Amino acid sequence: MGQIMLKKRFLIPVFLLLSALSLFVGVKEIQLTGLLQGDKDQWQILWVSRVPRLVSLIIAGASMGIVGLIMQQLSRNRFVSPTTAGTEDSARLGILVSLMLFGAASTLQKMLLAFLFALLGTLLFMNILSRIRFKNAVFIALVGLMLGNVIDSVTTFLAYKHDLIQSIGAWFYGDFSMIVSGRYEMMYITIPLIITAYLYADRFTIAGMGEEFSANLGLNYRQVVNIGMVIVALVTAAVILTVGVIPFLGLIIPNIVTLLRGDHLRQNLFFTALLGSVFLLVCDILGRVLIYPYEIPIGLTVGIIGSGVFLYLLLRSRDHG
Amino acid sequence: MGDRTKLAILAVIAAGCAALFMLTHLSGNLDYIIPRRAAKLAAIVLTGVTIAFSTVVFQTITNNRILTPSIIGLDALYLFINTAIVFLLGSQTLVFMDDHVRFLLSAGLMVLFSVLLYRLLFRREEKNIFFVLLVGVIMGTLFRSATSFMQLLIDPNEFLVIQDRMFASFNNINTDLLWVSLLTVAGVFVYFLRFADYLDVLALGRDHAVNLGVDYDRVVSRLFVIVAALVSIATALVGPITFLGLIVANVAYQLLSTYRHRLVIAAAALIAVAMLVGGQWAVERLFTFSTTISVIINFFGGIYFIYLLLRESKSW
Repeated sequence: MGQIMLKKRFLIPVFLLLSALSLFVGVKEIQLTGLLQGDKDQWQILWVSRVPRLVSLIIAGASMGIVGLIMQQLSRNRFVSPTTAGTEDSARLGILVSLMLFGAASTLQKMLLAFLFALLGTLLFMNILSRIRFKNAVFIALVGLMLGNVIDSVTTFLAYKHDLIQSIGAWFYGDFSMIVSGRYEMMYITIPLIITAYLYADRFTIAGMGEEFSANLGLNYRQVVNIGMVIVALVTAAVILTVGVIPFLGLIIPNIVTLLRGDHLRQNLFFTALLGSVFLLVCDILGRVLIYPYEIPIGLTVGIIGSGVFLYLLLRSRDHG
Repeated sequence: MGDRTKLAILAVIAAGCAALFMLTHLSGNLDYIIPRRAAKLAAIVLTGVTIAFSTVVFQTITNNRILTPSIIGLDALYLFINTAIVFLLGSQTLVFMDDHVRFLLSAGLMVLFSVLLYRLLFRREEKNIFFVLLVGVIMGTLFRSATSFMQLLIDPNEFLVIQDRMFASFNNINTDLLWVSLLTVAGVFVYFLRFADYLDVLALGRDHAVNLGVDYDRVVSRLFVIVAALVSIATALVGPITFLGLIVANVAYQLLSTYRHRLVIAAAALIAVAMLVGGQWAVERLFTFSTTISVIINFFGGIYFIYLLLRESKSW
């Protein structure tokens, strides 16, 4: 069953079907017949709201999955991800700081600080990681989650002091309902990053084998790791700034792909991206249908399914050694 | 310095914090202020005692110093059950349902479910403490997400009616539940006395305890029920404070030169009371409510927890 799920001939049709469905689900009714008859209102809703939403869902799902895969490859630890390395919490702290410094910060200022903080947070985590001799996957994930908690309490403390609790709350649970054209273009930043990731895939694999091994093969270890971290931080910052935190996606999707397909990074990149998008599309459609005409933020839906799947992966890893 | 002296000093500090909380910035209508402050103080003290008590007992039955009930998500479980009741019964019934009834119902279900959780986490001879921790942390996340999820499914208008009554925090202490909590704690404590003498033996570990003639599984599961009931009370009164138990239990062990539970529990309770009452006073008077005590405790507690983790990992 699982094997079939990750075949191109199965996954791609499912992806297309969900994408089409996503375009037609919503409060304002859009019908194929209406579009064909050239109904102006329907076309407008399609272009202003539905298409941007679909595009950002696909990009967010694909890029968060890939980012998780890169982190796991570089740290050689299957439970490292933006959620379990403090990256997401640091990016939120960065957005808060930009709001504190600049008042009404422009998107670029927010993006810059979110990126810088995400990068620093991830480097801090990687630094702690390199000092730990006890490289147990579970232990590392625990330390990362707790680091995230500490950063989070700093964010809450500062937000309380500056009356920004509500503003920062908007970035806490990922939410696609506010995506309209003009508010999601930041997401396009991630496309060249994903392409870079694809080109660097083999180098990430080698770097994951360790510094000495990489040097033996003539690879500039530091440079490759730094490029990986920059991609991770940029993608996380862009996604959080546009839609908010999408927890666990970068953790569970690469794990499922690796579980079913083995460890070949370059081949897995494609499937991780595709499965990440499919997963987000399903969660988003669920969130839109369940309490129609209201919406459940996708961060919440993903949080429940994501933590559930992570628990399953954890318990499974214990039962199978 | 003897342990009794240390306990006495702690008691003086705790009493000092209480006096500070009750007696500073007194002005205006005293008949109104004093009873209100007293109720708040009583709720905070009760919370401190229940958290310290439950954490020390929990650490003894799980035989470690890093796990606490909140870290494995027991307080999140309580909030989850509380919301699930509203969700299933509909908030209309709840507006008329007595808060005490809901509290007792939640606490009862909580005891039931936490025993299941305990079985799941500690089944077989689980040696890897980090594994239990991570599963617990993720379960907590799951419960919290599921709680928010159900809250969204409840009609927003209905939800507003009960929100304040359901979710306590340090800025919204639920003093209505004071008496029923006090009675529950008293009842739990009387029940606990039957097992009190076992704690020092249990601390030796399962094998030794069994050798010394303790019916280990029975005693441990009874004690876990006690822990679950205490966590329900603390969460109902002031909401979740994740790392308080971890800090006070470890500080108490560091401070005293004994592992005898009678003294350790007393010390941990006094430290918790001093921290919470003193902290709440500082939040109200020095920070003028610009922060909450949970945030501060989570910051320092989180760092302390990472430190404990790193230290523990060295001994592997």
